[in-house]
Amino acid sequence: MRGISKRYPGVNALCGVDLALARGEVLALMGENGAGKSTLMKVLGGAVRPDAGEIWIDGQRQAMASPLAARAAGVAVIYQEFNLVPALSARENIFLGLEQTSAGFVRSSEERRKAEALLARTGVAVPLDVPCRRLTVAQQQAVEIAKALAVDARIIVMDEPTATLTPQEVQKLFAVIADLTRQGIAVIYVSHRLDEIEAIADRVQVLRDGRAVASRAAAELPRRELIELMVGRSLEEEFPKRTRAVGRPRLVVRGLSRGEKVRDVSFEVRAGEIVALAGLVGAGRTETVRLIFGADQPEEGVVELDGQPLTIRSPRDAIRAGICLLTEDRKHQGLVLSQSVLHNFALPNATHFARAGWAAGGWIDRRRERRAFAGYAEALRIRSNAADQPAGTLSGGNQQKVVLAKWLESNSEVLIFDEPTRGIDVGAKVEIYGLMNDLAAKGKAIVMVSSELPEVLGMADRILVMHDGRITGEIDDPAAATQADILSLAIR
Amino acid sequence: MNVSASPHTAHRVRGLAANMLAEHGMLLVLGLLCVFFSVVTLDEQTPTGAEAARQVSGALEREQAEGARLIVVAGRGGEEDAFAAVLQEQAEAAGWTVAAVAQGGPREARLALEDLASAGVVDVIACSSTAGAWGVFEGLGDRLPAFAQTVVLRPQPSRWPNFLKTTNLLNVANQIAVIAIVAIGMTLVILTGGIDLSVGSLIALSSVAGARLIRDVCGGQEAGLGGMLLGAAAGILICGLAGLLSGGVVTLFGIPPFIATLAMMLVASGSAYILAEGQSINQVPDAFVWLGRGADLGGLPNAVVLMLVLYGLAHVVMSRTTFGRYVYAVGGNAEAARLSGVPVRRIVLSVYVLCGLLAGLGGIVMASQLKSGAPTYGQMYELYVIAAVVVGGTSLSGGEGKVLGTLVGALIIAVIQNGMNLTGVESYTQKVVLGLVIFAAVLLDRLRSRRG
Repeated sequence: MRGISKRYPGVNALCGVDLALARGEVLALMGENGAGKSTLMKVLGGAVRPDAGEIWIDGQRQAMASPLAARAAGVAVIYQEFNLVPALSARENIFLGLEQTSAGFVRSSEERRKAEALLARTGVAVPLDVPCRRLTVAQQQAVEIAKALAVDARIIVMDEPTATLTPQEVQKLFAVIADLTRQGIAVIYVSHRLDEIEAIADRVQVLRDGRAVASRAAAELPRRELIELMVGRSLEEEFPKRTRAVGRPRLVVRGLSRGEKVRDVSFEVRAGEIVALAGLVGAGRTETVRLIFGADQPEEGVVELDGQPLTIRSPRDAIRAGICLLTEDRKHQGLVLSQSVLHNFALPNATHFARAGWAAGGWIDRRRERRAFAGYAEALRIRSNAADQPAGTLSGGNQQKVVLAKWLESNSEVLIFDEPTRGIDVGAKVEIYGLMNDLAAKGKAIVMVSSELPEVLGMADRILVMHDGRITGEIDDPAAATQADILSLAIR
Repeated sequence: MNVSASPHTAHRVRGLAANMLAEHGMLLVLGLLCVFFSVVTLDEQTPTGAEAARQVSGALEREQAEGARLIVVAGRGGEEDAFAAVLQEQAEAAGWTVAAVAQGGPREARLALEDLASAGVVDVIACSSTAGAWGVFEGLGDRLPAFAQTVVLRPQPSRWPNFLKTTNLLNVANQIAVIAIVAIGMTLVILTGGIDLSVGSLIALSSVAGARLIRDVCGGQEAGLGGMLLGAAAGILICGLAGLLSGGVVTLFGIPPFIATLAMMLVASGSAYILAEGQSINQVPDAFVWLGRGADLGGLPNAVVLMLVLYGLAHVVMSRTTFGRYVYAVGGNAEAARLSGVPVRRIVLSVYVLCGLLAGLGGIVMASQLKSGAPTYGQMYELYVIAAVVVGGTSLSGGEGKVLGTLVGALIIAVIQNGMNLTGVESYTQKVVLGLVIFAAVLLDRLRSRRG
């Protein structure tokens, strides 16, 4: 891959990334969340077309215009959330799109024979006629690998393949990978687990901010240095300074649990405090804050605000109680993209703009609504003509500011920011940081979920690190801590 | 500079035109349809009644000296009587002498003329268009010398589209009223991303329930206003309950609306047949047709007035209240709406209830129009109602659309049907054309959203 670039509105996901892969090699692709790993993989898999750059495989330039073309070129991508049709059997999934037919009829017996042979190479026993949704994760993964083998893939890309596997299954997978490389297949392996990288990678390529920053033999790259390469910059100046004045406890969470994702989480946030929830993707941070906000129901646990236990059965209850959540996924959870910015802004604030004398949820005072929004638009520097545009037409940074504006208007006491600066350019980031500081200065309790370690270190008064649904560590003095400290708590 | 400026301007103009088309495309289509049917139904129109009388008296004023003597000749019956009465009144007010008014057939006209022949000179014979066609006025001067100088005035035919006649336009509006009223509720349901297939059956159920209550409880043909109101309210409320049931199944159990309302469609239709014992129920008072056939407000049919009022109300609710905002938000992105504190389930539920209530009201209007309730009413109406919503520009995936667009959509369907009736297109062909129109509407919508 040469000079691959991809721009999304608001961000440069990839800027001129080069990547080379030798036959039978295992290349670990490393980088922080948002460094551009998934975009790079999608380009390779034909799911995303790059703005610039070219891809050569075995001396031939490949167009990679579609997933089908990528498959034909010998590239198979196994995404974290597999690409299997849940209702179809393993056999049908393996041959989806390349059914073995004669005269239009599927030759089941031949498919079955081939499928058995392919699955045997993965070393996992998979029943052939059971709908895939009933298979275990490891079995589904085996089906994905068999799918890749069925098209004679020369390059197999695996995205976080071990994220949901048991240790035994991981060992089995490593054996399969070793076997594949012996057959001359090259593997690109994406993972956050440094132990695994050391165990199987021949070479490590590090991405940061959409650029390839290093490519080294795995053996020559100590863990410490790898983390530094991933994190890279020192960004202290990005974070506006503020005086810290922490008061009484406001939000208290005790014994919050739900399934495997959130196990017995307890913490408190005091007035004027910014508490960061750090950890890897899938550690349970988002799940935890969703429970506090009532987006999901906890199986156990108590949430208290200012000493009062809260009964929260829905986000509506939480908002009434004074808790708001800025979701990590603006497009699907934060905004109604087809509706105007103004309507989005007013959505949680119906009672603010209802005309006096009308029953709750009645007549909207549109002038008051517009005036209120204009105030935020100016303070947050949202484009002035944005109010009547569909929210979907705004850039990521502006969308995030609209989400901010709507929650600021709701005048919540507890503000939960889930990945507040994801996909936002640096300028807008600093504005949002400043705003968080202002809110803290007003005595609000702020919870920030973030995967960007510099942001966590720069903004938080206290850092809670989660791993596997539990809080595994607490850092009371972020100023004295390093990113490696957080990572070591998060990776285990 | 000019060279570079002009393509820029052209581009802007094109952009503006595209925008107009996107925003008001269906209104434009409606206008074009009206123009089209006006042109193809252009026909010779002979005025009758008061209008004919005014035309003739105008001609009198232009051509005759004051104080002229005239005879009014007309047939019998509503329009003819009106012609005679209005003309006599206008002529006398203008200072002419009405020597006689002859009404009836050609025989009566001839007798009256012969009577007058001895009584002096007659300047003008003013006849209605019916009477004007009679042979008695041919060679009148030869037979009766008294009429040698007499002018015969008839209303002059003019060219005017049958489609644009006031009676026809009101007819169009009245015929679509039921579908248009029900389509308000359907618009809300579709805006939330759902669908309600039961409305056609609910129309039948409501008409039957209302009519049966009036027949069995409120005294049948002798029922008073209270009885009729009770019957109507019962019909509407039953349908509201049906909506509550479908909405409850959709929100509480997450059953797809298509399935839930399909089931309700069967339940409602079956119940209508059971309630009506398979018959139509005609035992309702004569006054029951007030809603469906009356026209109390400046000649506008009451059903049309009701329809317009409901559309006005719905438009205001959807654009000015939190409820309206919530409906759009739920349809646009239910999860984002929920996380913004919108009571998503309650909104979805109330939308189905409203849709049921409006279908019930539609059933009552229809029963009033036809002066009976029957389980066969409203068959296939769900499809016409959905068609009106879709043609009106509401997206089936929810969150986008306007109530007033639905009114335009309903009118487009009505105009096409009416226009085809006027031009003698047979009903099978009409179905094909309607289907093609829906295709075109959805296509237009798709093109619009792709650009946006």
